[in-house]
Amino acid sequence: MTGLNPEKQPLLALVDRETPLDPAGYDRKGGWRGLRRALGMSPAEIITEVTESKLRGRGGAGFSTGMKWSFVPKESSKERLKYIVANGDEMEPGTFKDRMLVEGNPLQLIEGMIISAYAIQARHGIIFLRGEYHLGLERLQQAVIQAREAGFLGENILGSGFDFDLHVHPSAGRYICGEETALITALEGRRANPRAKPPFPQIGGLWGAPTVVNNIETFSNIPHILANGTEWYLGLSACADGGTKLYGVSGRAKRPGVFELPLGTSLGVILNECAGGMQDGYKLRAFLPGGASTAFLGAEHADIIMDYPTPEKAGSRLGTGLAILLDDKTSPIGMIRNLEHFFAQESCGWCTPCRDGLPWVERLLIAIEEGRGTQEDIDRLHDAARLIGPMGRTFCAHAPGAIAPLASGLKMFAEDFQRMVSKPASGTAESGAAGQAA
Amino acid sequence: MSTAELTAQDAELPKDLVDTFIDMAAHEHHPRGAAIEALRLVQERFGWINDAHLAHTARILGMSQADLDGIATYFNLLFRKPVGKNVVMLCDSVSCYIMGAEQTRERLCRKLGVKMGETTPDGEFTVLPIVCLGHCDHAPAMLVGKDLFGPVRPEDIDGIIDDIRARKK
Ligand code: FES
Repeated sequence: MTGLNPEKQPLLALVDRETPLDPAGYDRKGGWRGLRRALGMSPAEIITEVTESKLRGRGGAGFSTGMKWSFVPKESSKERLKYIVANGDEMEPGTFKDRMLVEGNPLQLIEGMIISAYAIQARHGIIFLRGEYHLGLERLQQAVIQAREAGFLGENILGSGFDFDLHVHPSAGRYICGEETALITALEGRRANPRAKPPFPQIGGLWGAPTVVNNIETFSNIPHILANGTEWYLGLSACADGGTKLYGVSGRAKRPGVFELPLGTSLGVILNECAGGMQDGYKLRAFLPGGASTAFLGAEHADIIMDYPTPEKAGSRLGTGLAILLDDKTSPIGMIRNLEHFFAQESCGWCTPCRDGLPWVERLLIAIEEGRGTQEDIDRLHDAARLIGPMGRTFCAHAPGAIAPLASGLKMFAEDFQRMVSKPASGTAESGAAGQAA
Repeated sequence: MSTAELTAQDAELPKDLVDTFIDMAAHEHHPRGAAIEALRLVQERFGWINDAHLAHTARILGMSQADLDGIATYFNLLFRKPVGKNVVMLCDSVSCYIMGAEQTRERLCRKLGVKMGETTPDGEFTVLPIVCLGHCDHAPAMLVGKDLFGPVRPEDIDGIIDDIRARKK
């Protein structure tokens, strides 16, 4: 990446997708400063600084990173087995930011993990990476070897007395591995069904040991916080939380992509100034603000502030911060059918409402899209949204995530749904999907 | 393919893989922690995971065959059936859908004369749907082996496939 200001765009400033920096080059460009400072601090001081920087998880849930770390038992890494895990299972449809960070500057992630490991006193680290990210895997494995040779991994890192090493685990697939307890279960060589919480991973995670799982973008923020301090980090943002955010858009924009901007930038700036606006001949109809599992917002929200609270107030979530655009020429029913196909397929099958409910939802949507649907099918979709959606009906957040675009879409596109079932040629209840599913 | 159809040579894992798995298992907190990585390595070597290799891997890791098969069948990047020399994975997630992936899919299937999930009779290509490849800014996205393509419009399909066929010769 050229032309980026490291003072304003620290995450992407050193990203080079052709030839990522090696440890010495990274050093020359200001890398490792955060680590050097951190190793002279106490773990508790680091946790306090990260908490005060108001960094919130960038994987979708938005939990305070410092707070998450503070729940880990405080023994030193020599006294107790603990793990630090990077969640690089970037599989949320419409999300393409972590790929850039691992392919373009793997050392930034590694530095962030070493600092985090020191802060929670973990001896072992694992980077869980999507199996399809072949280039990312190659670059990460190479960076780990280089970092080890240069003394940033292994025993007595930079003479501090702290030992830490990490390895890369390429995933064998499945969206649910992005859920932190499912990810841990996969690392233990099991079918990746999520686990009940408590115990939370910070207390009982991988192999029962205290484990912190953070997103790759989250870890990539850590070196900059430690190198430049809390005040600087808070100043990067345009809202109450700290830092920059990797934002982006996909769909019918002129220049879809990822852009590093102050946290709290408006979608208007992201879409119109960074992505060049909608393609000629296409109008924005609605959008999913941060991935497939966030609820639709209508075009009247096109200038919404993309911080954590504002999308929530509007009925959705910031999610991953990469918006998916629905234009006026794409069928909203087709889009929702596509989304529910994904969620039905990726259900791990553990909970009945999710395993059986989501395929049923998909069949109803197919029937409606093909003009075979009935009013009763629409009613069943509303039932599904009501019965499967609320948190707590299922073990993990997969089903609520699946229902977010459905429930919001049923409301927002009610006329489209109505039109599809009131066509003169529409079928009867028996020939509709509800009949088939019964 | 049943075990009976395998040649004696296929029935056992080669020595270097056995040694690798023993080493991996020793470095894990529990041997089964190496399960997924081991299955991936079997597949990298043989293209897919046959019954005999699965059984042998399970023995090395101290797991039952059923337990390990439960894992092999859970993860979508592990193949328990033979696949073609080139596995073509076409993204079928939402951004690619919006950008016309269904039209690209039709063209791809027509070009190869197969349906999604099938292998061409010459064993060169298997086509599979895949979830979001994290390449949504280049939608529709497609992965062939380890090579990422995008945007892949219907009219791009012939060129990509013909290139791969030519490369093989
Ligand atoms: S939706 Fe196809 S690559 Fe993301």
